[in-house]
Amino acid sequence: MPVTAIGAYQAQSLDRQENFNGLQLVYLTWDRHLMFCAPFTLPLPPDMPFADFIDNVVKPAIAAHPDAVRVDFAQAIWRLDDADFQPDWQAGLAANGIGHKSLLRLDTPGLDGLNGSFN
Amino acid sequence: MAAKRLNQKDKYRCLTRDLAWEPSYQTKEDIYPYERFEGIKITDWDKWEDPFRLTMDAYWKYQAEKEKKLYAIFDAFAQNNGHTNLSDARYVNALKLFLSGVTPLEYQAYQGFARVGRHFGGAGARVACQMQAIDELRHVQTQIHAMSHYNKHFNGLHDFAHMHDRVWFLSVPKSFFEDARTAGPFEFLTAISFSFEYVLTNLLFVPFMSGAAYNGDMATVTFGFSAQSDEARHMTLGLEVIKFLLEQHEDNVPIIQRWIDKWFWRGYRLLTLVGMMMDYMLPNKVMSWAEAWEVYYEQAGGALFKDLERYGIRPPKYVEQTTIGKEHISHQAWSIFYQYSQATNFHTWMPTDEELDWLSAKYPDTFDRIYRPRYEHWREMQARGERFYNPTLPMLCQVCQIPLSFTEPDADTTLSHRSVLHAGERFHFCSDGCCDIFQYEPDKYVQAWLPVHQILQGNCGGGDVEAVVRDYYNIAAGFDNFDYQGSPEHQRWQQWQGDRPADFNTAG
Ligand SMILES: [Fe+2]
Ligand SMILES: [Fe+2]
Ligand SMILES: [Zn+2]
Repeated sequence: MPVTAIGAYQAQSLDRQENFNGLQLVYLTWDRHLMFCAPFTLPLPPDMPFADFIDNVVKPAIAAHPDAVRVDFAQAIWRLDDADFQPDWQAGLAANGIGHKSLLRLDTPGLDGLNGSFN
Repeated sequence: MAAKRLNQKDKYRCLTRDLAWEPSYQTKEDIYPYERFEGIKITDWDKWEDPFRLTMDAYWKYQAEKEKKLYAIFDAFAQNNGHTNLSDARYVNALKLFLSGVTPLEYQAYQGFARVGRHFGGAGARVACQMQAIDELRHVQTQIHAMSHYNKHFNGLHDFAHMHDRVWFLSVPKSFFEDARTAGPFEFLTAISFSFEYVLTNLLFVPFMSGAAYNGDMATVTFGFSAQSDEARHMTLGLEVIKFLLEQHEDNVPIIQRWIDKWFWRGYRLLTLVGMMMDYMLPNKVMSWAEAWEVYYEQAGGALFKDLERYGIRPPKYVEQTTIGKEHISHQAWSIFYQYSQATNFHTWMPTDEELDWLSAKYPDTFDRIYRPRYEHWREMQARGERFYNPTLPMLCQVCQIPLSFTEPDADTTLSHRSVLHAGERFHFCSDGCCDIFQYEPDKYVQAWLPVHQILQGNCGGGDVEAVVRDYYNIAAGFDNFDYQGSPEHQRWQQWQGDRPADFNTAG
């Protein structure tokens, strides 16, 4: 049932991509690093190359964590919307299949957070 | 001609049931159009038993007396500068949470009960809802009056009604009530009267009022007591409502069960804020959130749902997840507010050594393993002058609107996340509970006003968080928000207290 209503009812989604002025939302979480209390919400141009995304968005977003300087992005394991994901570093976000409101999970084996506490 | 005095029973009949009438030129279906679309079947409104045979004249008399006593205590509290007798000024941040997070809900409750009071065919139910509406309006007023004294001496209490509509974390309580108020009248009653007021309200009021007593806040204790007799009436109403609906028709049972599942989960999520208040914001602590959950939900709720079994009602879905979650949610919530303290109307801080030890003792299975290392790191950062504030915006659950900060019930160091595609769009949830709620009625929740997304769409006065907080929220940077340590409020309190050491709150 789409909604329980007294009559016909047409809902308008509030967060469709066209409401973001040319940008799309990407969510990013870093596994075993719960010090960041929740995934980040990042408004980005869909054609931003993945390499720029790492350098200009991901690195500053996680910089406050002591593990951040030790991340080897070439070895990172990614999941995109609950499926395995191999990014093409030269291609844009959308061309990589990263959709509006997609969740990216960054996994950095060997880095287990503050003193191995998964924080 | 001497007027005949009515006895209690006749008076009750005249002032409640007798207010009903048989329509002559409109059908009942047209007068009460909301009675049917949810699928609830009412076969006989006369079976409605009023739990309190209270009439309006008795109600006025009783409430007026309570009001007189209440305001006499408020006056005495103000004249004696009662705020200087608090345990510690950090406590006032719990009041900021109450005034901005709870008081507007009293107003929403008033609006909700006024509406459903109009829409029931049974006069008994109509009158009960109308009286509760007036109670709730009274709660709004007395709470505002109790806290207005604090507003003269502390920051962040200046604009709660405006903030309720705008500030990101207040979308959590706001959306809870808006969800209930935009449902049909029977879902509203199941949500608020039963699930919230009957099943969960002790978890809101007891910690707040005992917390107030333990921390020297007599104004809050007093309005708590004054509201408590109303609340007892609301709780009884909540139980009557659910039993009435279940007895009216067996087809009502699965509908009510789904609402209980939904509103238990939404209520549990909302109470995350209360858990955080209990474990972190009370300088003199009453009991831990986990202990409160055991006493007020696991024991009391367990007995209640045993009782409801004969109607075919089972305990709420995912209740076992709350037994796991009680060990985590207050710490997870404090972690959110600590790192987003630049965007709230209250202060946060790292617990003192003594408080850390209290948390270790209360949460032996989780605190030292997961949360203490996080806090120790943050305390070190703070000692270096690099107090941690998260510069990004968090991802929110589409239903409860809380940042996705909870962990999986079966893996407490893995972020809990669910997502679905609906009409080509992706939606995310903090839990199975929130995901189920969405999937039953997606068209309701695709319209959720998620603060983070609204900021990023440019609907909150600009994309820059500093401007949003200052201009759109009306929160003054460095004054109403950020860390308590060194804040103007902290300094003022120390002045009042004489020469307390300036670093009582830091590590070591
Ligand atoms: Fe109330
Ligand atoms: Fe109430
Ligand atoms: Zn949720």
